[in-house]
Amino acid sequence: MKVLLVDDEVELVSALAERLSLRGIEADWACTCDDALTQVESKTFDIAVLDVKMPKISGLELKRRLRAKCPHMKFIFVTGHGSENDFREALNEAGTAYYLVKPLHIQTLIDKMNQALKE
Amino acid sequence: MHRSIMSIFGKLKPCFWDHGDTGEERFKHLFNFRRIWKLTVVLTTAVALSPVISMAVFDYNVTHDAMESEIVLRTSRLVSNARRTVSFFLTERKAALDFIVHHHPPKDLNDPAVLAQLLGALQKAFTGFSDLGVIDASGRQHTYVGPFELAGKDYSDQGWFEEVLARGVYISDVFLGYRQLPHLVIAVKHELEDGSFYVLRATVDTKRFNDLLSGLEVDGGGDAFIVNQQGTIQTPTRWHGKVLEKMSLPVPDYSPETKVLQCQGVGGEPLVVGYAYIAETPFILMIVKHQDLLMKPWYKTRKELFAFLAFSITAVLVVILGVATYLVNKIHDADEKRVATLHQMEYSERMASIGRLAAGVAHEINNPLAIINEKAGLIHDIFDLKQEYAGDRKLIGLVESVQSSVERCGAVTRRLLSFARHMDVDVQPVEFKELIEEVLGFIGKEAEYRGIQVNVEVWDEIPTIESDRGKLQQIFLNLVNNAFAAMADGGHLDIKVYRRSAKSVSVKVRDDGCGIPEVDLKRIFEPFFSTKKTKGGTGLGLSITYGLVRELGGSMKVESKVGKGTSFTVTLPLEAKQKKRLDT
Repeated sequence: MKVLLVDDEVELVSALAERLSLRGIEADWACTCDDALTQVESKTFDIAVLDVKMPKISGLELKRRLRAKCPHMKFIFVTGHGSENDFREALNEAGTAYYLVKPLHIQTLIDKMNQALKE
Repeated sequence: MHRSIMSIFGKLKPCFWDHGDTGEERFKHLFNFRRIWKLTVVLTTAVALSPVISMAVFDYNVTHDAMESEIVLRTSRLVSNARRTVSFFLTERKAALDFIVHHHPPKDLNDPAVLAQLLGALQKAFTGFSDLGVIDASGRQHTYVGPFELAGKDYSDQGWFEEVLARGVYISDVFLGYRQLPHLVIAVKHELEDGSFYVLRATVDTKRFNDLLSGLEVDGGGDAFIVNQQGTIQTPTRWHGKVLEKMSLPVPDYSPETKVLQCQGVGGEPLVVGYAYIAETPFILMIVKHQDLLMKPWYKTRKELFAFLAFSITAVLVVILGVATYLVNKIHDADEKRVATLHQMEYSERMASIGRLAAGVAHEINNPLAIINEKAGLIHDIFDLKQEYAGDRKLIGLVESVQSSVERCGAVTRRLLSFARHMDVDVQPVEFKELIEEVLGFIGKEAEYRGIQVNVEVWDEIPTIESDRGKLQQIFLNLVNNAFAAMADGGHLDIKVYRRSAKSVSVKVRDDGCGIPEVDLKRIFEPFFSTKKTKGGTGLGLSITYGLVRELGGSMKVESKVGKGTSFTVTLPLEAKQKKRLDT
């Protein structure tokens, strides 16, 4: 399983990527949308974990762009705001049924990723 | 007595009476309902009643005065007429005697036969003459014709003789003569050319007099009679004493004209007295009437006037009091509603801003919290993986403690966010019985363990309502949880679902727990207000519940007594309204 973590908080994504790696999951991270889009050019990811709220481009917009490049990619949204409307918007988009509220529980994240990949 | 009046007043008292001022200090005078009411009542009463009362007083005085002057006029007319009659009676007889002395030479009059003839003629022409006598200058009765043997009687030492000498004519008081019949004497003096004189004296029976007076039609239980100037009664009277006795009334002052005055009788009764001094006689003609009897028709009018006035005043007062109370009550109600709405708006506004604040704080904290979480997680992972740390329980314990603290912070921020969240309502049909059972399912074990008895009463006719199932669950779970927290082991929880109106359903959750002090009751729906802080309460439970109920278009009420328990009543519309979101 190859995972791309995208969040504007570098400390968060770097630590999370390391933790996933320790659990045998290949995780790369990006702090900006541009970085994320560049990374998918050179590497194939099975799943992307996106922060809903990011500067410049929102998680949902990023998802649309990533999907355009990698149609088979699965998505999990993470939010610190917890606004139901964000989720609702995300849920209305086809292919995304998963969202998590910060702070994350590592095992829950892994479970969700597995679940998403099984679909 | 005073207390019973107060209790009646307590029952009738309109609701604005004890109303405190609802306005701000500068508008205070606008909200003093009792003052408004009093002012309205006093002003309208004054305006409405003053014309009525002044008209009544005016009318009273006018009719009273008219009645009195009518009585005076009538009495005065009657006295005048009667005086003329009496005066005429005496003058006529005096004139007859004058005629005799002027047209008969003294020698004729000294002849008893001629005198008897004259007496006969007088008796025929004028009634009342009973005898006739001629008295010479020495005062001796020279000739006498009549029923007594009075010839030769000497009158020289008698008062009347002196008077007739002085004035030429004399009319006596009434007196009882030899016959014990009241009569009076008329005497005229005739001077002769040689300077000597004689007096013709006649006795007149007063019966004719009495008939004259008793024939008068006197109204008002009245009495017409004659007294002399000493107040001795001369003719019979009905009320004021016997003939030749002193009259019970004072002798009226001399007046050349007829006079009417008001005075009091012996028993204090008001009397109308009309009198006239009859010229050249010692007599005063008096007509005495009872004022009460005369005023009888007036008293009737007066009674009607008073009744009309009392009725008018009562009617006006009833209408004024009723209308003023009704209107001020209306103003009061409107004002109460206005203030309540203002409070509610203020409260909603405060809740909304606190919500926004809470959401902001939660969001700001959540990101660094997530970083702490991941870093601590990473440390934990590294400790788990690296042999040199794996055995150090202390280090792992420290990290786990950081993680559990993060977890706790996360729980708080999630609750804050859930308080702030105003999502769209997900409407679906909800069966209350099922809903309550679901909620109780969460706490069934705890109830069993703590010996708490839960009674659920759902009215049969409760319809399925259109509402958000998840939110309803959260509402009632919160209320039930609160109730459980308030109750000691073995308490009672009653849940009652009933209908208050056709368009709503109410749910009452009542416990017999510790209750909420009155001071706290006003604040329990405010976020962060908690009395369970030492036990880990965040103070958000009820404010979230309140927010949810409002979101579903319902209302929430709380009643509580310390030591007795608390009951929350949630009233929900049958169809959920789409509430406008407060948050963005």
